[in-house]
Amino acid sequence: MEFIGKTHIDFMGMKKFSFAISIVIAILGIIGIVRIALGTANMGIDFSGGTAVQLKFAQPVHIDRAREALAKHGIHDANLQELKTGNKLLVKVGKTSLPQGNAADLIQTAFQKELTGNTFVVESSTEIGPAIGDKLRKDTLVAVAISMIGILIYIAWRFDFTFGVGALVATLHDVLAMFAVFFLLDKEVNLLFITAVLTIAGYSLTDTVVVFDRIRENLHKNTKDSLETIFNFSINEVLSRTIITALTTFLAAGSLYFFGGEVIHDFALALVVGILVGVYSSVFVASPIVEVWGRRPKASKA
Amino acid sequence: MSKGLTWRFGLILLFIFLSGIYLTPTFVSPLPSWWKGLLPKDRINLGLDLQGGTHLVMEVEIQKAVEGALDLIASDLEDSLSAKTIRFKKIGRIASDRIQLTFYDRGTADTVQKMVKEKYPTLELVPPYDEGGFVSMQLRMGEKEAQERKDRAVAQALETIRNRIDQFGVSEPVIAREGLTHIVVQLPGIKDPKRAIELIGRTARLEFKLVDETVNPATATPGTIPEDSELLMEKKTDPTTGAVTEIPLVVKKKAMITGDLLTNAQVRIDSQFNQPYVAIEFNSTGARLFDQVTAANVGKRFAIVLDNNIYSAPVIRERISGGSAQISGSFSEKEAADLAIVLRAGSLPAPVKVIQNETVGPSLGQDSITKGLMAGLVGVALVVVFMAIYYKLAGLVANFGMVLNVLYLMGALAALGATLTLPGIAAIVLLIGMSVDSNVLIFERIREEMRLGKPPKAALDAGYDKAFLTIMDSHVTTLITAAVLFQFGTGPVKGFAVSLSLGIIINLFTALVGTKSIFDFALSRLRIKRLSI
Repeated sequence: MEFIGKTHIDFMGMKKFSFAISIVIAILGIIGIVRIALGTANMGIDFSGGTAVQLKFAQPVHIDRAREALAKHGIHDANLQELKTGNKLLVKVGKTSLPQGNAADLIQTAFQKELTGNTFVVESSTEIGPAIGDKLRKDTLVAVAISMIGILIYIAWRFDFTFGVGALVATLHDVLAMFAVFFLLDKEVNLLFITAVLTIAGYSLTDTVVVFDRIRENLHKNTKDSLETIFNFSINEVLSRTIITALTTFLAAGSLYFFGGEVIHDFALALVVGILVGVYSSVFVASPIVEVWGRRPKASKA
Repeated sequence: MSKGLTWRFGLILLFIFLSGIYLTPTFVSPLPSWWKGLLPKDRINLGLDLQGGTHLVMEVEIQKAVEGALDLIASDLEDSLSAKTIRFKKIGRIASDRIQLTFYDRGTADTVQKMVKEKYPTLELVPPYDEGGFVSMQLRMGEKEAQERKDRAVAQALETIRNRIDQFGVSEPVIAREGLTHIVVQLPGIKDPKRAIELIGRTARLEFKLVDETVNPATATPGTIPEDSELLMEKKTDPTTGAVTEIPLVVKKKAMITGDLLTNAQVRIDSQFNQPYVAIEFNSTGARLFDQVTAANVGKRFAIVLDNNIYSAPVIRERISGGSAQISGSFSEKEAADLAIVLRAGSLPAPVKVIQNETVGPSLGQDSITKGLMAGLVGVALVVVFMAIYYKLAGLVANFGMVLNVLYLMGALAALGATLTLPGIAAIVLLIGMSVDSNVLIFERIREEMRLGKPPKAALDAGYDKAFLTIMDSHVTTLITAAVLFQFGTGPVKGFAVSLSLGIIINLFTALVGTKSIFDFALSRLRIKRLSI
């Protein structure tokens, strides 16, 4: 079975549109990141801290019911835990995930209305700090920066410096796109999202390298045609592979998104977005950058 | 038969066998009685979201942080006055927020006042006043600075605790500050919570102090020893009976060297007595100090004190330069390992005490877990069906490779004692989608080669050969990311890096060795004439 036969799509010719789209995406992503840096974004409890409320119920509470009850009253991203001693429930709510008002009061009203017949008392209500402290955030940023440099060096060595830059820009582009989508949909940025971003960075890079590899191969075989022709030809050659891989990963991430339930919903969304953008960027961002830069990699390397 | 087919199948089977062994405790319970000795007994660790764990609330004794800081200032003042040969009667902390300096005459006090003002501008100074024939002055830490120090102490304690848990093993803890002085730590179902609590809660203030040989420790009481000395206990555990004996020892109050000058601590085994000890290394300042102190005190005893307990008090036989030393004591291998961890992770700026220790249930209800797992299964099934339809028999081979991939990964995670969370499982599902990527690359190449009219065997080999470099390049780049994240990341980022790098390495193996072996086997042994791809 085959989806597509031989294609002759002029990918390089579309770079004006694709660059325009990508610049908009990147700007949105940067706005999202700036808002995170300023602390005005929708940050999860991991980053912003919040309130922990401990409640003692008369009868055991089903944790999924409790989650639904809170969601009905606008508290979506609560972290719920049952304490093993005596029907106690620990509810943690992030600072920014509350519509307004006092977390403890909101939680009480929600439970009073939804869990009628199960009386409870609030045992304690305390402020909790972010689980991701400044140091952890800094360490992660440093790690990401170093790995980007490492990748740049590796690709520059295996291919050419321009390819390294292309791969790096494409990866950053995808990361920005994920931030852009989360910013536009006002989704919560938490540790899960960061994990998804790191996963996609790896995936997007893999995708780009595959396209680059074919370009390099064809550059060696064909020294007469223009770069644009060779780039187009190469991308078309690997197009069916690009589509199939995107499809298989999409099947996996998509089913997590559609059937996975509330807890991994946003995580799966980030993955789905990342996979789509990852494919787009390897064709429409990474390759055109290298082509525009317009140098043939030295023929001695392979 | 093609080269090394037996060898390759052997390797595949070996890995299946190993994964099976490591996964057995997770899936078989109770373990049969013969399953003991060297075979692994630990199940795959499930995260807080799936199975709950230990919920600890610790209180940082922040007042002690302020007192500690003042004690340091007092001893620093003492040092600098002695260095300038300025005579003083006494310098010491007299309340939780102030230091008192006492001099014999007004003149000295005035000189020192100027010096102190310059050196510690942030401290409030009570000017010299006459008191019982001497001249005293006091240094007080202001409310604001004390508050800042307290605040920093909690933040620092949090980082130190995180470091220790990181080094304790790959798990997915939650560590957050609660209120002003509390730190909440949640550990997913660990096997030995008591050991973990001890490790987290230990202050780990390491000091090297000279033994005061002028006093007989056996008869010494806190009242009879000189003011600059103190009575500490050396605990010795008899290795055969387990009985603990306490030997009193009088040491100088002032620490010659402290643990903050360490750069590394590792467990080593003494080859002569087969006893574990902790080898420590100092930074350059520490090394210089250690060199000086040992040179000046050959023949004397040097006590190694951790949290006011003496670990050992060896006699300095010769000058020790080079910046390394060792802490030996009669401890077990586990104790030595924990000691090395706390020394590496640094000491807590103030003692902490556990004020709440409870067991929490999973943060996800059964419904959520079931949903997540079901979604994962659906995803895997879709990929499997798609591959079988799109690539026919070759797709089945790729699916087999994928199953191997998951099995190996789970086995490796179990072997490493990593922690599995629901998002972690979701990531594995995504990895399944990605793991067929290598095979898709190869298959597309094979199809290209076949379109050029090559016979099956040649097309297959060419497909694998040409895809090889691409697969290597794409995997190595991801591996670079994973390695760096592991090296420089902490906490959850580190855990992610472990699964990612394992996934990549395993994927390389299954894609390049696993599926290839099956194709080679089919072509050479089953004499298949046509590739179903």
